Amino acid sequence: MTTHTGMSPQVRLANEIAVHFHHQPPEQAATAIAEHIRAFWDPRMRTELLQRAESEPDALDPRALAAARLLTG
Amino acid sequence: MSLLKEPDLGTPAKPGPATVTVEVDGHPVAVPEGTSVMRAAALSGIDIPKLCATDSLEAFGSCRLCLVEIDGRRGTPASCTTPVTQGMKVTTQSPKLEKLRQGVMELYISDHPLDCLTCSANGDCELQDMSGVVGLRQVRYGYDGENHLDEKTDSSNPYFDFEASKCIACSRCVRACGEVQGTFALTIEGRGFGSKVSAGGTDFMSSECVSCGACVQACPTATLQEKSVVQLGMPTRSVVTTCAYCGVGCSFKAELRGAELVRMVPYKDGGANEGHSCVKGRFAFGYATHPDRVLTPMVRESITDEWRPVDWETAISYTASKLKDIQTRHGVGAIGGITSSRTTNEEVYVVQKMIRAAFGNNNVDTCARVCHSPTGYGLKQTFGTSAGTQDFRSVAKSDVIMVIGANPTDGHPVFASRMKRRLREGAKLIVVDPRRIDLVRSPHIEAAHHLQLAPGTNVAVVNAMAHVVLTEGLVDRSFVDERCEDFDAWAEFIARPENSPEAVEELTGVPAEELRAAARLYATGGNGAIYYGLGVTEHSQGSTMVMGMANLAMATGNIGRDGVGVNPLRGQNNVQGSCDMGSFPHELPGYRHVSDDVVRGVFENMWGSTLLPEPGLRIPNMFDAAIEGTFRAIFVQGEDIAQSDPNTKHVHAALAAMELVVVQDLFLNETAKFAHVFLPGTSFLEKDGTFTNAERRINRVRPVMAPKTGKHEWEIVAEIAQAMGYPMRYDQPSQIMDEIAALTPTFAGVSFDKLDKLGSVQWPCNDNAPEGTPIMHMDGFVRGKGRFVQTPFVPTRERSTRKFPLILTTGRILSQYNVGAQTRRTGNVAWHPEDVLEIHPHDAEVRGINDGDEVTLASRVGATSLRAVFSDRMPVGVVYTTFHHPVTGANVVTTENSDWATNCPEYKVTAVQVGLKNPPATADVASSEHRLPAMAD
Ligand code: SF4
Ligand code: SF4
Ligand code: SF4
Ligand code: FES
Repeated sequence: MTTHTGMSPQVRLANEIAVHFHHQPPEQAATAIAEHIRAFWDPRMRTELLQRAESEPDALDPRALAAARLLTG
Repeated sequence: MSLLKEPDLGTPAKPGPATVTVEVDGHPVAVPEGTSVMRAAALSGIDIPKLCATDSLEAFGSCRLCLVEIDGRRGTPASCTTPVTQGMKVTTQSPKLEKLRQGVMELYISDHPLDCLTCSANGDCELQDMSGVVGLRQVRYGYDGENHLDEKTDSSNPYFDFEASKCIACSRCVRACGEVQGTFALTIEGRGFGSKVSAGGTDFMSSECVSCGACVQACPTATLQEKSVVQLGMPTRSVVTTCAYCGVGCSFKAELRGAELVRMVPYKDGGANEGHSCVKGRFAFGYATHPDRVLTPMVRESITDEWRPVDWETAISYTASKLKDIQTRHGVGAIGGITSSRTTNEEVYVVQKMIRAAFGNNNVDTCARVCHSPTGYGLKQTFGTSAGTQDFRSVAKSDVIMVIGANPTDGHPVFASRMKRRLREGAKLIVVDPRRIDLVRSPHIEAAHHLQLAPGTNVAVVNAMAHVVLTEGLVDRSFVDERCEDFDAWAEFIARPENSPEAVEELTGVPAEELRAAARLYATGGNGAIYYGLGVTEHSQGSTMVMGMANLAMATGNIGRDGVGVNPLRGQNNVQGSCDMGSFPHELPGYRHVSDDVVRGVFENMWGSTLLPEPGLRIPNMFDAAIEGTFRAIFVQGEDIAQSDPNTKHVHAALAAMELVVVQDLFLNETAKFAHVFLPGTSFLEKDGTFTNAERRINRVRPVMAPKTGKHEWEIVAEIAQAMGYPMRYDQPSQIMDEIAALTPTFAGVSFDKLDKLGSVQWPCNDNAPEGTPIMHMDGFVRGKGRFVQTPFVPTRERSTRKFPLILTTGRILSQYNVGAQTRRTGNVAWHPEDVLEIHPHDAEVRGINDGDEVTLASRVGATSLRAVFSDRMPVGVVYTTFHHPVTGANVVTTENSDWATNCPEYKVTAVQVGLKNPPATADVASSEHRLPAMAD
């Protein structure tokens, strides 16, 4: 699904989280974002995010992308 | 219960130990210093006649009925204004006193209509009582002289009358309006015989009066009287219960005559309100028995079909089989539900239990998602638990009160009255708000600083305040060293030049010097307390802001004692409770994460079912998943998501996409238009359970009448769970609370019995604190050390553009409540017949808009129309509206933007354009218009 902003909700939400961790070094930020997503997101949203991370990595903030990759692990 | 009459001790209690001993008519009594002779006498069991004194007000000494004799003192002093001294000997009855008092009464009665037998206050009139008490047998003066018997009655207020001919000019009403309510709408005009009560020279309705009713309660005669008492007669029995409107959680005596509710009288022993109330709780209860209420369950196959009334059994089995069928076809996670902050803790608890145990997933969320979820996240990260730190009483010890993004006089009126009392005593006020709320300048109150920031820049402002505290050496080092962690990293961050008031001035619109002065005042002015509302949480950085305020409080040592703290002013009556009860998809009751195996094990044992260790969907995720097709059914408890949630178009599409929408509510609301099952709910007058207010106070809600629907809401939910094959059964709501207590360490000591005994308790209530915890984090934070969290300011994506150049922010007003389903069905509509758009005259002028014009309000997602009203409360470029009427559909224009951590919608910032609705041909207005049809409910 895409919203009128033309983005999947999961990508939008992950990016919104990521901006709030921009003050941290990338690795630390990726861990914090992944932790946040693990704590608050329903599994189907995480699956969707992982798929997006594969199919359209450019749509994701680099820190969100790194976090998504941590979630697969 | 028969009619509960609370004793009136004449003058207010004085603090401190009872160290002064006096003798009243030979009876010794010990009282605190400063206590009046009248109160000391009452405490020793002797009531001195009185008219102008009552224990909610400071003594005034005008009626001279309470005269006494004191050994060694000349004359007959008024006992209400005379403080006790050690060893004082008081005589309250003597022939001389009797004669004096009869003389006083004779004068009063000679100017008072003698229609006692037909008067509405017959049996509840202090003038009548006092005539008896002083033994008045004759009135020597006739009515021939000058009198007030022809004074006109003012019936302008929808709830009470002012029958001036019965007024004895005791000024209790005037003092109640000032001292208790803090509105100062009334004065005594004229002098001596000519003195009379005046609502500012006009009638009550056109005056400053906010209809709190404090004057009605204080009036010793029938002069100020509830219309309901005039119509129905004096009540004969009372039930003590809790207001179901806002998060203040006022206690009331519901006073009935037979089965009919006559009036609500605020309860003096109520911990939250101590005898005060606002217009909603005291008067606006008519919705509970409104004919619009649906009392029979209804079902329909499709939302285009007519509703079909059915019996409970059919409704319940229909719901259960549909839910199960959808799960069979689409998976266990395809269904879920939303709990309501308007229902009791017990009702919320059973809904989340049904979802987790009977549905077998964690797709439960609550309407608190759209208001205070950032409070939960932010306070948990920093302090360790999701709750305000203080009791309401604490504000009386504050020296500097900072109100951020809240409008207490409208949203939390009874707490505002407490706050205003403290401000009148000299505490300093800092208001952080884009709008000039009433508190900024009101009778006898003037904010020391109003930081009128641009909407969406809270975090920049709070960071800049912390920057000042840090760089000017105002940090409370010993508090920080002893009680907190992660300070150094935070200090390094906050000291950066980009966080200075000068650096953010242009962005926030707050002059740097003003911000610096406010920060210094908060840090050095004594006890600093922060109170905040939805103007903090409903932003894309809501959670960051909550943490920013927590950082500021910790850095200045303003946590963990009376008079300080960080306090959310919760919107609905049971927001705190619905969050406590495990309504969030990632948390079991008591804020414990579902992934915690030990905690889950405890619940699995008690509930006899396997629980999922993964979080479920939040409300906005449910909507997204509904549109994606993976979420097919929703159970909505007492919440109008179709109207109250942002981006109406998106919400409507999601609801329309679902196979089954079950609504449990009082009225056929907007959401019910998308529903297939309607389960009629109960009003607070029928409920039996508990609400938890913004100060964590658990109050009993006692049934005033049996459920008009024939079933309690918790019964219905349990029966649905049963019909789905999960055994859930309770005989009494007290059993539900017992289960909550057994599973939740912070509630371990709570039971209905204890609440009946103590009146109320504030959680945590357990072995460590058997009578509850008024102030939290006293000897250490709940999480151990208070944690400083870095809070970089990330501006919202919502920006004003050429097409949408204005910023819309939203709020609420005193007389209405949320989407208005209740208050619109009461006399309160007299104050707020419609939502209007407040617009700065400058913004209006450039658009050719006149005061009162119909205008369109458009954002990038939708448009609506409403009436424009000029106001300079907001800065140029910002417009403001409320969302109490569905016809306005204010959420038609709000967007999908949300708090990054919790998805709490960003109601407070939307880029919009405003234009004349029927413009002259050349005017430039937003084109599309979407107006919700008027609601038929
Ligand atoms: S109702 Fe309240 S605000 Fe109005 S005059 Fe009476 S005390 Fe004052
Ligand atoms: S209206 Fe009632 S309270 Fe007010 S001055 Fe008259 S008698 Fe006293
Ligand atoms: S302040 Fe809130 S709880 Fe108290 S009476 Fe008013 S609406 Fe009810
Ligand atoms: S009660 Fe004391 S003077 Fe009126």
